[in-house]
This record gives sequence, structure tokens and C-alpha cells, in this order.
Amino acid sequence: MADIVLDGVSKRFDDGYEAVKDMDLEIKDGEFVILVGPSGCGKSTALRMIAGLEDITEGELRIGGDVVNQYAPKDRDVAMVFQNYALYPHMTVRENMAFPLKLGEVPKEEINPKVEDAAKILDLEQHLDRKPANLSGGQRQRVAMGRAIVRDPKAFLMDEPLSNLDAKLRVQMRTEVARLQKDLSTTTVYVTHDQTEAMTLGDRVAVMRSGVLQQVDTPAELYQRPRNLFVAGFIGSPAMNFMPAKLEGATVKLPFGDVRLTDEQRRALGDRDGDVIAGARPEAFEDAALVGEGRERGQTFKAKVDLVESMGSELYVYFPIESERLESKDLDELAADSGAADVPGSDVNQVVARLDPASKVQRGEEAEIWLDTTTVLFFDPQSGERLGAEQR
Amino acid sequence: MTGAAEPAASEAASPEPAPKVSDRTRSERRLAWMLCAPAVIAMLLVTAYPIGYALVLSLQEVDLRFPDEGGFVGFENYATVLSSDLWWQGLFNTLFITVVSVAIELVLGMIIALVMYRAIFGRALVRTSVLIPYGIVTVVAAFAWFFAFDPTSGFVNQLPFVADDKAWFGDRWSAMSVIIAAEVWKTTPFIALLLLAGLTTIDEGLYEAAKVDGANAWQRFWRITLPLMKPAILVALLFRTLDAFRVFDSIFVMTGGGQDTESVSIIGYNQLISRVNLGLGSAVSVLIFVLVLLIAFIYVRGFGTAIPGRERGAN
Amino acid sequence: MKRGTREYTLWSIGLFVILAASLIPVIWIASLSLKAPATIGEGGFFPTEWTFDNYESLFKGGLDSPLLRPLINSIVIALIATTIAIVLASFTAYAIARLEFPGKLLILGGALAIAMFPPISTVGPLFDMWRNLGLYDTYAGLIIPYLTFALPLAIYTLVAFFREIPFDLEEAAQVDGATPLQAFRKVIVPLAAPGMFTAAILVFIFCWNDFVFAISLTSSDASRTVPAALAFFTGESQFTAPTGNIAAAATLVTIPIIIFVLIFQRRIVAGLTAGAVKG
Ligand SMILES: Nc1ncnc2c1ncn2[C@@H]1O[C@H](COP(=O)(O)OP(=O)(O)OP(=O)(O)O)[C@@H](O)[C@H]1O
Ligand SMILES: [Mg+2]
Repeated sequence: MADIVLDGVSKRFDDGYEAVKDMDLEIKDGEFVILVGPSGCGKSTALRMIAGLEDITEGELRIGGDVVNQYAPKDRDVAMVFQNYALYPHMTVRENMAFPLKLGEVPKEEINPKVEDAAKILDLEQHLDRKPANLSGGQRQRVAMGRAIVRDPKAFLMDEPLSNLDAKLRVQMRTEVARLQKDLSTTTVYVTHDQTEAMTLGDRVAVMRSGVLQQVDTPAELYQRPRNLFVAGFIGSPAMNFMPAKLEGATVKLPFGDVRLTDEQRRALGDRDGDVIAGARPEAFEDAALVGEGRERGQTFKAKVDLVESMGSELYVYFPIESERLESKDLDELAADSGAADVPGSDVNQVVARLDPASKVQRGEEAEIWLDTTTVLFFDPQSGERLGAEQR
Repeated sequence: MTGAAEPAASEAASPEPAPKVSDRTRSERRLAWMLCAPAVIAMLLVTAYPIGYALVLSLQEVDLRFPDEGGFVGFENYATVLSSDLWWQGLFNTLFITVVSVAIELVLGMIIALVMYRAIFGRALVRTSVLIPYGIVTVVAAFAWFFAFDPTSGFVNQLPFVADDKAWFGDRWSAMSVIIAAEVWKTTPFIALLLLAGLTTIDEGLYEAAKVDGANAWQRFWRITLPLMKPAILVALLFRTLDAFRVFDSIFVMTGGGQDTESVSIIGYNQLISRVNLGLGSAVSVLIFVLVLLIAFIYVRGFGTAIPGRERGAN
Repeated sequence: MKRGTREYTLWSIGLFVILAASLIPVIWIASLSLKAPATIGEGGFFPTEWTFDNYESLFKGGLDSPLLRPLINSIVIALIATTIAIVLASFTAYAIARLEFPGKLLILGGALAIAMFPPISTVGPLFDMWRNLGLYDTYAGLIIPYLTFALPLAIYTLVAFFREIPFDLEEAAQVDGATPLQAFRKVIVPLAAPGMFTAAILVFIFCWNDFVFAISLTSSDASRTVPAALAFFTGESQFTAPTGNIAAAATLVTIPIIIFVLIFQRRIVAGLTAGAVKG
């Protein structure tokens, strides 16, 4: 067990493409850190540099205090779980799990107990003598985990380890991974695409975008206080709604009407005035009819409902807002990552609101919606930075 | 970006223009070279060195029957070879056999590949049976065909419509026909299997789309199968042309080069091994080598044959 | 396609013709080998009088017999050349398929060039070199060129097989603590074993088949292989043609090929086409 420190680590591939740019990340001993970001942002590359499967072009990587830039993977004492598990097809489950121990020259008589312990933890005991080809997806996944845990390495590195499982198994394995990491308290770096995995699993989440680390924070912090437009839009599902806004002294002009800023909001914004981008999470909206106390914290407005999706426990309501289209590179990239850019008509500014299932709003009808304006965040349209992000 | 930041940025990049070669990369390279070295040395030892040696020999008069004579003679050996009718006749024979047999093989190979591809039953049986000619020793195949046509032992002359006393190996063209037939029989399977592999890479859906678009079977073959198989066909052609150009075994067995049926390889062999005239023989060797290079060049340049492994070699 | 349709009949005829065309010459040479020497001149496809005399006389006299020594030579030389070629080629193919190094393309290109190289062009120099080195008419004198000319075939086949082994497995092995050599031995080799075996069959067939080197670089039964020996067979007397004996020997050397083909046809086809198409 050890801490992992990335100190200005960069990766430039032979073709000149810079996949990871000047990454600084400190992972404490025993910590569970998640790397998330859109496809191709360099998550795997970063992980593979930690594993030693990819050379570090610049910067320093320290594991447990040692600079390991030049170490071969075998000398780094880390274990990796691959997306498609990379189980050795010619070995049984037992042999697969024993392989790292054998290579590590663990005495023969110690190998078997260790393998059986790991198998017990992962509920694989009855499959020990089967070949990977005859296992189900979930079992294979557990063997891959087993191969990592038998040797008690300094760190676990996992690259989208659950992405090949079906939805139900994924949830199940997710809790299992969390439990395992808690029990072993081994430093873990976990790459994922999946929002939910990121938010539920990690002690801290690191958001990456085109090779640049955007923000590293606890899930709650990341959600409530994203550093910039990109993080705000990437974390959370459905994503945060963005709209143009104009700051004028103590009021802000939103497409729904003019809103008075709270003193706290105003303080955070400093003396900023003029055009900004406002962001509101779907749950900041509510059916006006259902809002009891605290109504004064927000703004009520009328909207024509385009679509209502009922999830049972909650209701997603889509409605358009009248405003110019927002021009922002970050937003375009977020749209591209979610695939929205390919859907015709997605230019129209549309807002998603998460309402109480008791709401009676109907598709095609005018509804009265309330927005809790105290939770609205403001971003600089040029840089994408959240206004007031510096002072917490 | 301000002007001041630019030089700083380029300076930071310039001290290490080449990507740093880490220990891991270096040891990977060293390992790779170590792994390749034995094979590369073996290949050079038996090809590059001898061809260089042949070049040297071809410029000298080396006749092992007269070991005391000799010395540097310049291009005299080449002049002797190139001015001899035997060489040109051999070259003609070789090209004739190559062109005719490769053309027949390509057509037959395509038909066989199509039959194997469409076969609903017996695919494994056919595949096994065509592999036998491929695997059989060329000399054995040559003997089988020779004995079949030879009037003193063969059954061919007893077949209807064949003259009972036809001396197949007494005449240049009939001898050449049997030689070509034996070559075709032996190597068509190779082409058929390569083409079959090419066929199976074509998406079945394309044919269905073409059917819906109203293409008949012939149009489907001509407009879809052939264009998509062009790479496979060219690779098969390249290999077979160069292989056919080396024709030796069949001729050696059937006529020994008699009846004006010698190929360039037979001429080379006769000079080198039978007459032990290494100088003259080496000139023939070098000329054959140059011709092979020329054929390969024409294929790669003229037809754009993709060299197999090239694109994958780049990783 | 259904039974009874015209198309079905056509394809069936096609299949049958292919089958007949590939097998008739082989059946013919086997049938010829079973004819009594005196009846060979009669022609006719099948023997009128069945006999194993042709085979017997091939082995009469033990090691001095016409075929025994060449047969042993052929087997030993082909086996040794195949083994060395596969070992060397698997090293090279592994490096090419898996490692990054300058010169990779050069090696692949060079191998391809050698696959197309006319053997006759090297026969003369080798003849001279081997005589000076004392390799003329020895096993080594044949094994070396066989090895070389088989290497490209083996390298291309193996590279194709190695590339099919997921890269992850090796990375997993490395992270699990394996050196590159251990990753090769413990992960790649076991997984590539079918591919290596396929390549070995192809290389063996190649060595078994060679004639040019066999007649040029040998001069006696000390190292002459069967194809070369066949060409130098003489009849019992000056006036009897050795037809029956040649046919018998030809049949014998074809038997291993037929066995290979019967057992490994799928593999051989995969190996043959692995290097060439796809790309
Ligand atoms: N060997 C390579 N040579 C050049 N560029 C590469 C190489 N490997 C990856 N890249 C590039 O580096 C970038 C980051 O790749 P990486 O695999 O780290 O993405 P990722 O964040 O893991 O994406 P995903 O979520 O899709 O797995 C990509 O744009 C990719 O095209
Ligand atoms: Mg990835």
C-alpha cells in the first residue's frame, strides 16, 4: 500500500498527439480515486502510465515515495484490472489467480491458501478449476479482481472494469468493488465512463477533458461546486441546464424573468456585470403547485411542456426557453460527448426539469414551473470558469 | 496568447526534440533486435551473401573443370549468356509457362473458390482433396503426370480421341502442355484457397443489397466480387507468378530440358552444377534474380499490389 | 439451394469434378506402383496384376537400398529444419507482432523478398561455399538453406497468429510481474501453440518438397533426400526403366502429406491464407 503522486505528468505519443497534459494528482494511501471524462480524454493513458504500460513523456510519477518513471510494470508492484479482463485463456481460474504469485516467487505452499482466500472473498471457490471461457461475464470479472487482490499490491488500477457487464450485474459488482476496497483499503485508481460509478464509488473524483485535469474533489463538492462549465455539465444526469443570463447589479436577467440575487450570490460574483452563462440543475425546478414554503427563494414562470418522461419515482419534464443559442466551446464538446450534437433539433434551447411525481403537468400544455434561484450557478462565457469558484 | 509566451513555449519543447527514449523503450528495442537477430542472420547468410558472391563470380572466369584458369573478365559472362540463343529460348519458355499457367490457374482457382464457397455439402471434403495437390512433392506430381503421358507406361494414350502412339515428350509444344498441366494441377489449389479466403471476407449483405437493386448473378460477380477481391487476387498473382517463374522440378523430371523445353532455372542448374562453370552459371543466376526483382516491381508499382504485412507491420 | 434444383445439380457436378481432378493423378501413381513391373508397359489405369514388388525392392539391402537412406535423410533434415525454423521464426514474429523497434518493416520486407527469391540464384554460390566449408553433401548443407527459405513463410504465419492474441493478456502478465521473456513463454507460446503447429506443418511440407537444393548440394545417399533420389533412380538393369520403383517411392512420400492434410486441413488452410489475405 502506498500513495501515488503524479507530478506534472504528460504523455505525447509518437505521432505527436498529446493525450495527457501536465497532470498533477496526489492520491493518498488507501484512497479510492475515480478518473472520469469523455471518451478519448486520456483516462486510460493516465492509468497505463501509472501501471508502466505507457512511457511517461514528461513529469514524475511516484509510488510510495519512489520515482518509478523508469520502472518496468513488474517492478512497480501494482495490480491492474482490464476492461475485458485479460484472463489467460489457457489457465484455470486457480492458475490465473496464482500467476502473479508464481512470478513473484511466492513460496509454493503459500500460493494456494492465498488463492483460496481470494476466491472465498469473491465467491469463486466452486469455479477454481474451470477455464475462463466457461465462466459467465460476472464470474470472469471477479476472477480479474481476484488476480489483482491475491498479491496485496501497492495499488489497484482498474480501467472500466464493469463496462462489459449488463446493467444489473454492474450495479451488483459496483457495491462489491466498493466493499472490497473498503475492506482491503488499498490505494485504488478507477477509470470509468459511468457517472453513477464515479459518484458512488470514489473518495474523490478527478474529471479530465482532452488530457487536462479539470477538477479533483469529493463527489458532493464536484456536484455542488464545479469549477467550470465543463465539470458542471459533465457531472450529473440529466445534465445541468445552461442558459444565457445578464448580471445587472443585484438582479440577473434569466430567460424566465428577472431574479434578485441573494447577498451571498452577489458576494461570490464580486463586481461582475454583463453577459454570463447561468446553470441550473434539473432538481432546482419544481411544479409550482407543489412548492410549499420557501417559494420566495425562487421564481415562478410559465412554460409549454414538450415532453414528460415518468421514471416512477420522479418526472422529467422538457420545455423550451426563449433565448439565443449559447455559443461555447465547452457546451459544444459536452453535447458532442453525450451524442446530442447528432440529434437534429438539439440546437433549440431546451430545459430538463426533475419534478415530483405528484405533479400533474401534461405534455403539450402550459405549466407553471418554479425555479430555486439560490442554487443557480454562473459561468464566464469566455473561459468557462464558474464565477466565484476561487473563493469557496 | 501573448507574444512573450510563444518563445518560452518553443524553448521548453526544443531541448528534447526527439521523444525521450526511456529505459523501457530501450530494453524493448534491445530485446526485439535480439529476438530477430538469429532469423535475420540465417536469411542473410543464405540469400544476401550468396547473391553478392554470385555477382562476384559472374564477373570472373570460374570453371571448376579448369581450376587453374580464371580471373576477372568483366561482363564477358553476361555477354556470352545474353548473346546465346539458349538463354533467350529458356527465357521465352519460362515466360510462356508462367503466363499460361498463371492465367489458367487464376480462372480455375476462381471457379474452385466459388464452388467451395457456395458448397452446401462436402466443403471439408473438397478442401481436403484440393490440399493434396498443394502438399504433394512437386517431383512426385511431375512423375505422376510424366508416367501418365509417357507412351511406355501411361494410360492417356489409351483414352478415346488420343492417338495410341502419341509421343508427348518428343515434341516441344506437347511436352510444354504436359508441363503446364502438371504445374496447374499442383498449384491451382493454392490460388483457390487464397481466393476463398478473400471471398469469405466479403459481407454477404452486399450481395443481398445488389439482388434487391436488381443485379443478376453475373453482374454481382463482376461488380461486387471481383472489385472487392482485387487485393486477394493481386497477392495470389504476385506469389504465383514469381513461383511459376522459378519452374524447375517438373521440367527436370519430364524432359530434363530436352526438346527445347528448358527454363532459365534449368539453364542455370546445367551451367552451375552439371558443367560446374560457376562464372557463366552465376551470370545466369544474377540475371534470374534481376528478372524476379523486375516482376515484383511491376506488380507492386503497376498493379499496386499491397505487400502483405505492410499495413499491419506499421502497427 | 435445395436438393433437386438445377443449381444444386450444377454445384454438385462442380464439386465432383474438383474432387476427381485433384485425386486422379494421386490414385494413378499409387495404382502404377502396385503394377507388376512386366505389366507396366500395357498402360491402363488400374493394375491387372497387383503386387508389392516395387515397394520391396526399394528397401532390399537395408541402408544400401535405393530408398531407405534417402527416406531417413528426408525425415531427419525436414524435422531439424522445421524445428529450428519455428523456434527462430517465433522469436522474430513475436518481436514483430508485439514490440516496437526500428527496423521492423525492413525485416518484414526482407522476409517477403526472400519468399520470392529464386533459389537457383543462390545454388551456385552455395555449392561453391559449401564445398569450401565442408558442408557439401551433408545434412547441415541442406538444413541451412531450407531453414532460410522456410523462415519467411513461418514468420508471416506466426505474426498473423500472434497478432490475434489480445494485447491485454501480455500487459496483464507484465503488470502481474512477468518480464517480457516470461510473458512470451508463459502466455504467448501456450496460446500460439496451435499457430506454431500450423506453421510447423507448412514448413515441413516445404522442406519435404524441395528439389533444387537437394540435387545441387548433395552428391550421394549420405544426404540425398527422396525427391533427389527419385530423379537418380536406376532400373534393375540398364534396360529396365525404374518406373514401378519411382511410383512406389513417390507413393510412399505422399502418404505423410495425405495424413497431414486429412488431420490438419483446417489448420493448413488457415496458415496458408493467414499471411497473405486479410490485410
Ligand atoms: N498509441 C497511441 N498513439 C497515438 N495516440 C493514441 C495512442 N493511444 C491513445 N491515443 C490517443 O490518446 C487519446 C486518449 O486515449 P485514451 O485511451 O487514454 O482515452 P480514454 O479517456 O481512455 O477514452 P475511452 O473512455 O474511450 O477509453 C485518444 O485521443 C487516443 O486517440
Ligand atoms: Mg479507455
